[in-house]
Amino acid sequence: MKRGFLGELEEVVLLTVAALQEGAYCASITQTIDQQMGRSISFPTVHTALQRLEEKGFVASQMGGATAERGGRQKRLFSVTAAGHRVLIESRQVRAQLWAQIPTPIQQLWGA
Amino acid sequence: MGRLTEGRQGNPYPPHWVNWLLNRFSPVGLEDELQGDLLEMHTYWVKTVGPSRARWRYTLAVLRLIRPFTSSINKQSHNYSEHSTWQPAMIRNYLKIAWRNLLRYKAFSAINIVGLATGMAVAMLIGLWIYDELSFDRQPKESDHIAQVWQIVQFDGQKAAYNVASIPLAQELRSHYPDFDRLALATAEREAVLATGENRFTQTGRFVESDFLPMMSVRMRTGPIKNLTDVNTIVLSQSLSTKLFGSEDPLNHLVRLDNKVSLRVTGVYQDFPINSSFNTIHYLAPWPLFLRIDQGAKSARDNWDENSYQVFAQVKEGASLAQASAKIKDIRMKQENPPPYKPEFFLHPMTQWHLYSNFDNGVNTGGLIQVVWLFSLIGGFVLLLACINFMNLSTARSQQRAKEVGLRKVVGSLRGQLITQFLGETLLLTSLAFVVALGLVQLSLPFFNQLADKQITILWFNPYFWAIGVGFSLITGLIAASYPALYLSSFQPISVLKGSFSAGQQSSLPRKALVVFQFTVSVTLIIGTCIVLRQIDYAKNRPTGYSRQGLLEIPMRTPALMGHFDALRTDLLATGAIQEMAISNMSVTADKTGVTNVSWPGKSPDLHPLFMTNQVSHQFGRTIGWRVSAGRDFSTAFSRDSLAVVVNQSALKLMGLKDPLHSMIHWNGRDLPIVGIINDMIKDSPFGHVQPTLFVLYDASAGVLTLRLTPTMAISDALTKIAGIFQQYDPSTPFAYKFVDEEYRKKFSTEERIGKLATLFASLAIFISCLGMFGLASFMAEQRRKEIGIRKVLGATVLTLWALLAKDFVGLVLLGCVLASPIAWYFLHEWLQSYTYRTQISGWVFVLSGVGALSISMLTVSYQSIKAALMNPVNALKND
Repeated sequence: MKRGFLGELEEVVLLTVAALQEGAYCASITQTIDQQMGRSISFPTVHTALQRLEEKGFVASQMGGATAERGGRQKRLFSVTAAGHRVLIESRQVRAQLWAQIPTPIQQLWGA
Repeated sequence: MGRLTEGRQGNPYPPHWVNWLLNRFSPVGLEDELQGDLLEMHTYWVKTVGPSRARWRYTLAVLRLIRPFTSSINKQSHNYSEHSTWQPAMIRNYLKIAWRNLLRYKAFSAINIVGLATGMAVAMLIGLWIYDELSFDRQPKESDHIAQVWQIVQFDGQKAAYNVASIPLAQELRSHYPDFDRLALATAEREAVLATGENRFTQTGRFVESDFLPMMSVRMRTGPIKNLTDVNTIVLSQSLSTKLFGSEDPLNHLVRLDNKVSLRVTGVYQDFPINSSFNTIHYLAPWPLFLRIDQGAKSARDNWDENSYQVFAQVKEGASLAQASAKIKDIRMKQENPPPYKPEFFLHPMTQWHLYSNFDNGVNTGGLIQVVWLFSLIGGFVLLLACINFMNLSTARSQQRAKEVGLRKVVGSLRGQLITQFLGETLLLTSLAFVVALGLVQLSLPFFNQLADKQITILWFNPYFWAIGVGFSLITGLIAASYPALYLSSFQPISVLKGSFSAGQQSSLPRKALVVFQFTVSVTLIIGTCIVLRQIDYAKNRPTGYSRQGLLEIPMRTPALMGHFDALRTDLLATGAIQEMAISNMSVTADKTGVTNVSWPGKSPDLHPLFMTNQVSHQFGRTIGWRVSAGRDFSTAFSRDSLAVVVNQSALKLMGLKDPLHSMIHWNGRDLPIVGIINDMIKDSPFGHVQPTLFVLYDASAGVLTLRLTPTMAISDALTKIAGIFQQYDPSTPFAYKFVDEEYRKKFSTEERIGKLATLFASLAIFISCLGMFGLASFMAEQRRKEIGIRKVLGATVLTLWALLAKDFVGLVLLGCVLASPIAWYFLHEWLQSYTYRTQISGWVFVLSGVGALSISMLTVSYQSIKAALMNPVNALKND
């Protein structure tokens, strides 16, 4: 398995997986992103992103319970692996560092 | 299409056909979760964006998910389908068989690979050479907007093109023609001595106007690009700067130019690349300085007809060179008193300088581009030869594998698998050949670069190079493999295994045609090479009209030598190193100053022929050893000789004077008596006409010293002595000299290069053809082993057997020769037309080439046939 960098979309998907905890499967992730980010994202895109994240070892998956609303079919439930945690924390640190480098007056000017 | 609504709650259901698609094609192992997820998504979309868009999104999502190569999570865990061509075990087997075949027929494989690799290497070398030629003068950012001003002038009905213009012309272009963005006057390349302290170097460079630097995108290492406006400044190339100053920063240091002026270095530029027309330019000095220090420039300033300078122009964004060129055509004729030679100006685009530099009668006739074409043709043909070889040998060889094919079929191989096997095997060979070819090219590049006078490297990082190389290997492999792959795989296993299989007549016919084609190409190349070499020889043996041996030329640039010619001569003669010495305006190996204002008794008034002129001292004729055919040489005994003229035979012929030695010619407002007529001397191209030339006595403008060395003294001794004297008179200038015979030899360099390359390529072509024939002959001998065995048992001699095997090839080679002759004649006849002084194409070249090709091919074939004929028949027959 190759470990790679985390793309922007992958990061969003990975964060959503982390946020949804037990209830993270492809459809729910897509819907969450759709609702919370106000950004239209297609289902296949998320599907591919998840596959890639799994290849990179940032998420793990297992088959989960079926519900009626999905015609009794099984779900593939995703959870964030340790490597996934690490990469998320790293990326947050990088961002925090960069934020800290923006002078405070300017941040205030932006209303940040 | 799908049903719109279904289900109780008015909940629309996704279209059926999409579901069917999803069911049928969804990635293996993911059917369940995908269908569930998508169903959920559909419900969500219906809620958020409405049923029709939900249906649309659902369809799109399914279509994107079922694409055949969507990677699936569980891909690795799936089994291969039962009958795959790509079973690893089968592929291993194919590779093993391919490898064993390669090793078992070592000679065969080697011939095959080496032949193809040689062809590929030749094609690669030629390709790289062409790439280099085509990349000339593309460095400036706007190279397709840049041009040089040329003019076409008429002398006596003939038109000639020159790349020179006058100073007022540049001013006129600047002030009245808005098409131009940038314009720069420049001198032609000139040598100068640049000195700082004890370091002195003779370098070529130009005086240019400041626009030149940005126009040509000169890359400054240090210093601003706008820095040639100050009079006493200079910019140097990186290499010259290193020579003069070492690692020191040269900025603001002083450099002495020709020991006349001191200039401040205001910049250093990266050397012009080798594939630039300016690659010999090592310094750029400001134009205003030139106007100040050059004698001629002062009078040229306002003279429209002093065409001694070069003008480079860049047209504005959006303007076209062709239109601008049309506008400036009559720029001179619109001015006052237009000259009789009716100049027509035009812009010669920078992108054509290198490849399209020949003008014949005012029309661009190409130039180097013809050589580029010729070589691409040759490269293509050599490659084709190699491919044909490869195919020939592959197909010939494949028949030996008929049994293997039969057996594979019996065991259950599908036809598709056999095709794949043969294709793969051939591709393996071609890729091997490609790698070998890369190695060959890398090894031969230094040699090739020397031959072609280039600095070519393999384009390791150029994607096109790889795309073409790999694509070509693939195509060759595919074509070469197509016959065995398709033909062999169609065998009936039973007939092959029973042994009743034989390759019929029809399979050897294309092979014969290919051999004929190979030899047609090879013989054409051989004939071509012979004629090119003969043409060079012919021109080399042309009498030059003076004796070049032991003749030395020394340019006089600095003022120190100018006034002291007589003293210098006396001193040099005293050393015994030289026999004679003369001064002249022009070198004996150049033909550059021409005049049209000459008239003579009986000249028709509308005739304005071009006469070349040279100003010489009294000793000039004696020094170079010209041959006076009538009258006498200049002599100090006749004081009136300062107004006399010596003409050459061509000039005499042009003027058609009845009694030349008692005639006067009128030139520059003076009447000059003709005192002598000399034999024609070749000064310009040894392939062209000798121009009519006038020699008058020297009246002290800058020039060249010509020295005849004493033949009995060793050249090195003589040179040391001469150098010593020169250092006394002019200590500031490095002693630089040229041998006239070397300069003369340089006139052949283009032709000699073509000759050498043609020899190389022709020998490779014949090598490849013979390699192929060697392989074919051994194959045929192998096939006829039993026949030969039986013949031997029945009493055939080695000679008859040899004749039996060789006669097949004799006919093919002869046919090739016959076909090659008219083709070669046609092309070489065309080529020779471009030379005024040319050899005749004689029949024996064809005969000799044919005999040569035939004997080489016979040698090749004989080795195999004699080997087969000497074989012990028992070995061939004991198996049956």
